[in-house]
Amino acid sequence: MSLSTKDLLGIKSMTADEIKLILDTALTFKDVSERDIKKVPALRGKTVINLFYEASTRTRTSFELAGKRLSADVINISTSTSSVVKGETLLDTARNIEAMKCDMIIVRHSCSGAPEYLSKRLKSSVINAGDGFHEHPTQALLDMFTIREKLGKLEGLTVAIVGDIMHSRVARSNIYGLIAMGAKVRVCGPPTMIPPGLECMGAQVYYDMDKAVEGADVVMMLRLQLERQAAGLFPGVREYARLFGLNQQRLSGAAKHALVMHPGPMNRGVEISSEVADNTPVILEQVTNGVAVRMAVMFLLSGGTKAEA
Amino acid sequence: MSVKEKALILDKTGIDRALTRVAHEILEKNKGAGDLVLVGIQRGGVHLAKRLAIKIREIEKVEVPVGSLDITMYRDDLATRKSQPVPQATDITFDIQNKIMVLVDDVVFTGRTIRAALNSIMDYGRPKRIQLAVLVDRGHRELPIRADFIGKNLPTSSKEKVEVMLVEDGGEEKVVILGE
Repeated sequence: MSLSTKDLLGIKSMTADEIKLILDTALTFKDVSERDIKKVPALRGKTVINLFYEASTRTRTSFELAGKRLSADVINISTSTSSVVKGETLLDTARNIEAMKCDMIIVRHSCSGAPEYLSKRLKSSVINAGDGFHEHPTQALLDMFTIREKLGKLEGLTVAIVGDIMHSRVARSNIYGLIAMGAKVRVCGPPTMIPPGLECMGAQVYYDMDKAVEGADVVMMLRLQLERQAAGLFPGVREYARLFGLNQQRLSGAAKHALVMHPGPMNRGVEISSEVADNTPVILEQVTNGVAVRMAVMFLLSGGTKAEA
Repeated sequence: MSVKEKALILDKTGIDRALTRVAHEILEKNKGAGDLVLVGIQRGGVHLAKRLAIKIREIEKVEVPVGSLDITMYRDDLATRKSQPVPQATDITFDIQNKIMVLVDDVVFTGRTIRAALNSIMDYGRPKRIQLAVLVDRGHRELPIRADFIGKNLPTSSKEKVEVMLVEDGGEEKVVILGE
């Protein structure tokens, strides 16, 4: 069993077997990070480029560590210090990088579809590290890995995803993945932040957070993207926090064993109260697992000859 | 091209006798089981390491720690394979520093698995000594590696395949040569 393509662009096109393969593979990579010598030679001699057109600490560092722990050479390019500021196009930048013989390019871009655009024009493997409002596949994979690790399975669980669903690539990837793996997904947020068509993806839509959280096995909070607040999608941060913020009292409606998750960075006191944030160890374990999952993805995509996607 | 069983090399009793002798040889060479640890290479070697530990306990009344080692990430053919193998668990929960480690595998062939295992072990610590025990040595080494304890020396053609089947994997227990 192996992945069918050279790239990881999104969860939507993946089968449950492929998701399971990545999660199973990640299990063994988690051990590597727990050892004294946190390095295996699996990607020795490979070159990995982190091409980030958007700000990121967690994801970029996670990919960088994942690559380095697999013994790959990892180069970070952030657009503020690159030729992008001189007006070079995305494709020209990527082609120039590839001309220096790299094997894998990890792309974060504010435009949905940018990684797919590159993947069709490059020989290197392309990993989507978040594109616009489209997908953030490795985040969904690490979320699913964490849920499976904590609750033993994904099938049959009820997962409530709360927040700005419309602008959230994390939510989109998680909805595809969780439903493929047999979980029930509830989404909840202000009506202005719930895009149409979620029911077609298999999710149930809620506008009342207490009802969305009721009996849930997992409560996944999304970051309120304050930079988008100017669009006037909700009246104010305080009202948002009151209606869609997770506090201890709201959490008590969820299942007793419920996991509280957050992809970070958190807005304390907005979508999640400090009390809840500090009482859940899971949010940091998501970050730990992120390295293992990204190692697994890089390892699985690094095979010799792959059929053309 | 159909693969069929060409010869039965060891049956259940044969495997058990070979392991009994290997257990005795390990104890003889190391003058007992002090400082001894067994590490089986995934997957067949893990079952054999556990069996050797039981035999050593029966002979010497000493409990020897048993671990498992997955060498997938240390293979030298990862860049050229069509698809990546799924790694199994590495589970060495005891200290290997200054221990006498016996690596256990079912078959030694080219020696490349053992090379990978040695590299992997070095990332976990520094045993005083590493020895190699195998159920079958089928020759055709591509690296300067030899086994210290051998259940069965088996001259083969490099085109043939040696298969070790153990009850732990469900099914029969035997060693056979497969060929066209």
